Formats: sequence, C-alpha cells, structure tokens
Amino acid sequence: MTMALDISNTTVNAWRRENGRVGVRNHVLILPVDDISNAACEAVANNVKGTLAIPHAYGRLQFGEDLDLHFRTMIGTGANPNVAAVVVIGIEPEWTQIIVDGIAKTGKPVTGFSIEQKGDFETIRQASWKAKEYVHWASELQKEPCPVSDLWVSTKCGESDTTTGLSSCPTVGNMYDKLLPHGIYGCFGETSEITGAEHICKERAANPEAADKFMKIFQAYQDDVIEQFKTSDLSDSQPTKGNILGGLTTIEEKALGNLEKIGRSSTYIDAMGPAEAPEKGPGLYFMDTSSAAAECVTLMAAAGYVIHTFPTGQGNVVGNPIVPVIKISGNPRTLRTMSEHIDVDVTGVLSREMTIEDAGDALIDQIIRTANGRYTAAEALGHREFSLTKLYRSA
Amino acid sequence: MGKPHLLVHDHEDNVGVVVVEGLTSGTDMLCVVTADNSDFTLTANADIPIGHKVALRDLTEGDTVMKYGEDIGKMVGGAKKGDHVHTHNCKTKRW
Repeated sequence: MTMALDISNTTVNAWRRENGRVGVRNHVLILPVDDISNAACEAVANNVKGTLAIPHAYGRLQFGEDLDLHFRTMIGTGANPNVAAVVVIGIEPEWTQIIVDGIAKTGKPVTGFSIEQKGDFETIRQASWKAKEYVHWASELQKEPCPVSDLWVSTKCGESDTTTGLSSCPTVGNMYDKLLPHGIYGCFGETSEITGAEHICKERAANPEAADKFMKIFQAYQDDVIEQFKTSDLSDSQPTKGNILGGLTTIEEKALGNLEKIGRSSTYIDAMGPAEAPEKGPGLYFMDTSSAAAECVTLMAAAGYVIHTFPTGQGNVVGNPIVPVIKISGNPRTLRTMSEHIDVDVTGVLSREMTIEDAGDALIDQIIRTANGRYTAAEALGHREFSLTKLYRSA
Repeated sequence: MGKPHLLVHDHEDNVGVVVVEGLTSGTDMLCVVTADNSDFTLTANADIPIGHKVALRDLTEGDTVMKYGEDIGKMVGGAKKGDHVHTHNCKTKRW
C-alpha cells in the first residue's frame, strides 16, 4: 500500500530548540501554577492571539510526592520542545518561581507573574505585554530540516475494544519496531491496563533492572491503589463500559491488546515514574501512568514527548494542548460513525486487505506529516485536554 | 479469499472476534487465524455485534478462555460452538 520509507534519509521540518530538542509545534504557553490563576491566564490568552492558556484544577495545598508530581508536570509541560516560550502565572511568587526556574533550564524564554498584592487586572496587564513580546519572537522562528530520529513519540490507547488488539495497537507496535532502531524515543504506560499481561511486559524489559522497576511499579499499584480502594472488584471500571460494549470481557483480554503497542521486537530500557523524562538515551520507556486518556497523554507530554499515537476502537476523542495526538482505528463502525476523529484508517487490517506492515508504514507517514505541521483530527476539533494526575488528597 | 467475518489471533485460542457489522444468526462465517492466515468456517448461533467474541468449540463452566494464545479468564456459564461469549458467561479469574 504505502512505500517503505528510507527513514535514515528522511527529515521533517520542525523547530530546533535552545537545548537541541526538536519540537513540532510552536506554542506560546500561558501556564497557571494553580487553579485560582486560571482566570488571569485565560484573560492573557484572550488579549494576545497566538498564545494558549491551559487551565487546570490543582496546585494549591499539595505536599510531598503529590506536589513533586505537580511541579514536574508543570515544568515538563513548559519545557516540552513543542513550546517556544512560556508565561507562568501563580497566586504567589515562590511556587511560581520554582516552575519558571525549572522551565528556564531548557534555555527558552520564560517569565513568571504572581497575583497577590497586584490583583488580576495588573497581573494580566503585565503578563499580556510579555506574552505579546513572546508571540512576535516565536512567530519568526524558522523551521529547519531535522532527522526523524530526533522525534519523541509516545503511545496510549483508549476506548479500546477487540479491534484495537487486532489492528490499531499492532500498527503502533509495528511503527515502534521500525522507528526505535533509528534512535527515536518511545513511551508506553497505563499501569492498570497491563493487569493480566504483566508477565509478558516484564519479559519485554531490555535488562533486569528495567524488569524489576516495572514489577515494583506494577505491584505498588496493586497494593496501594487496588487493594486499598476496591469495592467488590474492578469489573465496572476495568474494562470500562465502553470497552465492554466493544466486546472486551476481561482486564486480561484488554491488557493483551494494549501490549500489542510495543510491537514484536521492541524492548523497554527503563521504567519511569509519572512525567519523568527519560534518562538513558534513545529507546523505549515504560511510564507509570493512569489509563485515563487525558491524564496519560498529559504525563507523557510533560516528560518531553512531542507526538502521541493513540489507537482507539470505540472512538476516544482525546487531544492535548501542546502535543498532536494521532488517532488510529481499525473498527469499521467507528470509521462510519465518527471518522472526523480518526487520522489513520486501518480497517483494512480486519478485512485482510492491509497487512500490519502496511498499517505501520501508514502511521509512520502520518507521524512525518504531523511533524511537518499537518493538524491532527484532535487539533482541528479543538481537543486540548490538560488533565493533571493527583496522587492523594491535598492538605 | 473473501473478507472474513471472524478473526482469531492464535491456534491455541478457543474464541474469535466478529469483525463485520450486522452479523446474523445462521451465517456461515469465514474465519481467519491471523498468526498464519489459515482459514476455516463456523456457523454463528446468534446475532453477534462487531467486536464481540464467538466460541470456537463447546465451552463449559470453569473452562479457561484462550485468546492471543493466553489465558483471558474463565467461563462462568456454558457456550456452544458458534455462541456469543461475553460478560454473561465469561469473567476474569483475578477479581
């Protein structure tokens, strides 16, 4: 169907950032430190076109590991190479400065503003001037040819059904089997959705340390979350009602389909905490994440991934404010009823008119086109879900 | 080969997945095993929605359900060859 690409000689036109990373979008972000700074951020984004505010629900009275994750997610989001420059607004100066300093390590322009003793009006005025300066600067940044191997590509599936395990998930797996050897970074996660396939996931570690780290994360999830909070069982939530409508019966069945996303030959070199950036060079990483679509994509974006590949069966519609989310589906009913959400149609895999090899090539082609600037369905439809993961109740 | 009605991941599996919309009871389904593209036929005993599973042989309560060549749960009710297998007769062993 599609031609086999010569990946090592293929480039994408993208933005090379100050720290050497490659971004495929050029956002000027207006980032709230906390929930009560959302209004000021949205006002700045309204004043200055070409900026993007990403309101969220948290950031006050968090502590310990939960606060660490909040800072890591905020800093990581601002630091993502798809972001050119950042205006940070928080209620008070100290936590605002922590986020500004974290983002500044990338070398990109970032300025913080705090609301106390100033009020929304004055904060919005000052922040709008800075945002306007950033927009003029960012909009003149030129794209340059960058090798495909400089892309960081994450994955997570959603509204899965039995067709995802047969078509769209192995499509992503085939993409990873083809692109990882060229030096890209990859990332999969969804700790709860590996339940039933954890033995297979453990075997796919590239080294014993990664296998141990994965099993510790998996077991901690079982002990700390499932055992503490489960009622009768998880059958009402894993699989979800949507999964069950799509024909998935058990969590094991769902997990086996999910793991098809890491292909046949790919192995992960490390297992990371939520929103942690990879530290061991190019290759595939496992990340401890929720299986909820927006939370998972948000965490992977905060770890620095610039393109997300998202297999869906029943038709998940998720997007992300800073990372293009490419949707892949093989379910003919979903393509018939909600094709506006799907970027890569792999229904031919089910009708045996398309091989997984063809499907993988079609996805790689779509990744390259997206990196070159093509809007994904989620971008065109305005899906900008920015959902923070919270580990426990605030103080 | 025409377009299959049912796909089966692995030869060890005892269930397959309907991959066409509007499958009606009595349809002689073309079934393909994706592992090696081998095929066989099987008659559907019910109207079974796309994405849902069909028993490839008679299954009784307590039987392990195999898909991807792996254990995906147990039967909590019976299913004849060609019957629908889902939450009404199949469940995880875990919870």
